[in-house]
Amino acid sequence: MALAAGVDVGSTQTKSVIINEDLKIVGRSLIDTGANVVKAAEQAYLEALTDSKRREEEVAYVIGTGYGRYKVTFGNTQVTEISCHGRGAVHMFPKTKTVLDMGGQDTKAISVSETGEIVDFCMNDKCAAGTGRFLGAASLALDIPIDDLGPTALESEKPVRISTTCTVFAETEVLSWLGKGKKIEDILMGVHQSISSRSIALLRRVGIENEVTFTGGVAKNSGMIEVLNQNMDMEVNVSEDSHYMGALGAALFAMDHIMTSRIPAGAEA
Amino acid sequence: MKTTESNGIVGRGTREGASLFRDWFQDLSQKAEAGNSAAYVFVMGSIAEILRVFDLPMVFPEIHSLQTAVRHVSDDFLNEAEDYGYSPDICGYVKADIAIQLRGGDHPMGRIPKPGIAVLTNACNTYLKWGEVWERMYDIPMFSIDVPATREAGTRSWPGDEQFEREKKYVKVQLQELIEICEKMTGKKFDIDRLREVLGHVNTMSSGWKRVLELNQSRPSLFNALTDGTVYLGMSNVFRGTPEGALFFDRLVEEMEYMSANSIGTLTDEKYRLSFIGVPCYPIFRRFNEMFTEWGGSFVMSTYLWFAAGGTNLGVQYDLDNPMDSLAEGVLISVRDAMDSMFHPELTVLEQTNEFSIDGVVYHPIKSCRTTSAGMADNRRSLMENSDLPSLFIESDMMDSRVVSEAQMKNRIDAFFEGLASRKARAVVGA
Repeated sequence: MALAAGVDVGSTQTKSVIINEDLKIVGRSLIDTGANVVKAAEQAYLEALTDSKRREEEVAYVIGTGYGRYKVTFGNTQVTEISCHGRGAVHMFPKTKTVLDMGGQDTKAISVSETGEIVDFCMNDKCAAGTGRFLGAASLALDIPIDDLGPTALESEKPVRISTTCTVFAETEVLSWLGKGKKIEDILMGVHQSISSRSIALLRRVGIENEVTFTGGVAKNSGMIEVLNQNMDMEVNVSEDSHYMGALGAALFAMDHIMTSRIPAGAEA
Repeated sequence: MKTTESNGIVGRGTREGASLFRDWFQDLSQKAEAGNSAAYVFVMGSIAEILRVFDLPMVFPEIHSLQTAVRHVSDDFLNEAEDYGYSPDICGYVKADIAIQLRGGDHPMGRIPKPGIAVLTNACNTYLKWGEVWERMYDIPMFSIDVPATREAGTRSWPGDEQFEREKKYVKVQLQELIEICEKMTGKKFDIDRLREVLGHVNTMSSGWKRVLELNQSRPSLFNALTDGTVYLGMSNVFRGTPEGALFFDRLVEEMEYMSANSIGTLTDEKYRLSFIGVPCYPIFRRFNEMFTEWGGSFVMSTYLWFAAGGTNLGVQYDLDNPMDSLAEGVLISVRDAMDSMFHPELTVLEQTNEFSIDGVVYHPIKSCRTTSAGMADNRRSLMENSDLPSLFIESDMMDSRVVSEAQMKNRIDAFFEGLASRKARAVVGA
């Protein structure tokens, strides 16, 4: 049985997934991207292999995705993370019509067909407002670990309104609310609300159709899931592997390639 | 292919266009050095027909501004205008021109003469404010022609309609007023026979332009509407009403017909035929196009070739027996079409989808031109509701590299083509 791999080199973290012919994840890894993108891609791939307890020779095809996809030098080809997130989300949640992918520096709203094909997509432009970086700024300003942001925000009773759309200025605004004596959980909920409203505006541009699947690193944030559910009046799908969705999509495309290459010449039609 | 190479017909239009363009700039430089002024005009309604009668040299500020971006120096000019006090949010063409004026006409391609008069239409809302800048800087007359337009789909009037005839009279009176000003400025008497001669050349150019655009229905496409098309477009504006312009378009039609007859395309492997809506990304003009051609995508049509040609894509033919009435009618129809091309591009794109075998539509709104970009998101939505044509929406700028992010653009373009490829593959297997 051949294996297929996807390596998603994101702006903040690099993820790798190995799947088997049953399209099950047999290995995964997640590391910080850092400054050496080529090295990060290699390391993530090797760690996923180690996790799968399989040999490198068994991997028949590798696809790179994410902003650093062209740096996956050992890969066979590249596919954008837009296509990969769509494919991964439909694989995990077959009724997915809309995907919200929130990563370190961009947020994507993707409308997909039943087969995972991209119908339309929309992304934040030239600005990291409404992305994971916005949460990163709040984490720094409030000195709270990223993983605690969501649970802390959910304790809020009177969220403040964060009006700036600039990630850098958000830090100033957070500090000014602190100066006014506002509770940390209320400020954090304001940050979550601000990101949610920008993300929903993006989703509206491609059309919000149920089911919505939430992917990317920020999908690990319980506060963000809750805020999105409330603001869209529906429950978004979130997988335990939401963080790996781009890499999974890439691995699925890689497996397509393996399967297609097995079809005898002339038998496609 | 050997025949093609030996007779040099393929690519002739681009070569000759580039050469004539250099000559034009050189001529302008000489005029500037000699201290002569020029008529400053715009691509959407230059009224070259009248200005040529008085032998007034013409400067197209939109063109000399965009040339700074193509030569990768526009940011220097934009910064200079912003330092002078102009906002980062206004038209990049205006700011580049302001800096050129502040530099005494110094331009990467030579020297631009000072304006002696500004002639403009209401096709772009910025024209008026831009003209006022020169009016203040140089104390020159600014002549504005108000071309009636509804900017609403399906409400145009046509020759013979009562409203159209009233509008035509309104335009004609304004043209007559322009003639009087030109007579005073140049000391020359208006010569109706010279006008007939100019109109004759415009007729050749307009019918040639229309034919060239139509010929790109050929498979593979004969020219890239974004790159080659922009060269032809420049010719249609700068040499409007001249023997050189008429000859250029005669020869261009010949080239395109030859290519069509011999199935010679602009790409060796054309996989996707695209329609472009908006203004090109001049700061990375070639690279922008490459991001599409790398995938086998070719732009077979572009709304830019309609509105920035002042509506001459319609191929309006002047009646040489009735030149003034006919000129008024032509200006009304063409300039109005230029405006409507910006407001309802999806209607024509949809009409021509089958003829041009369009696989996808690329919308390119730009930061510094709201006139061409406003409403594009709604327009795209309308396109998607009325067809299943895939479309891409990428934002950048025509002048300002500070808002052009190639990496982000490429990501979107790649995803767009991945979708097109998957759609094509599905169509092949009949899924």
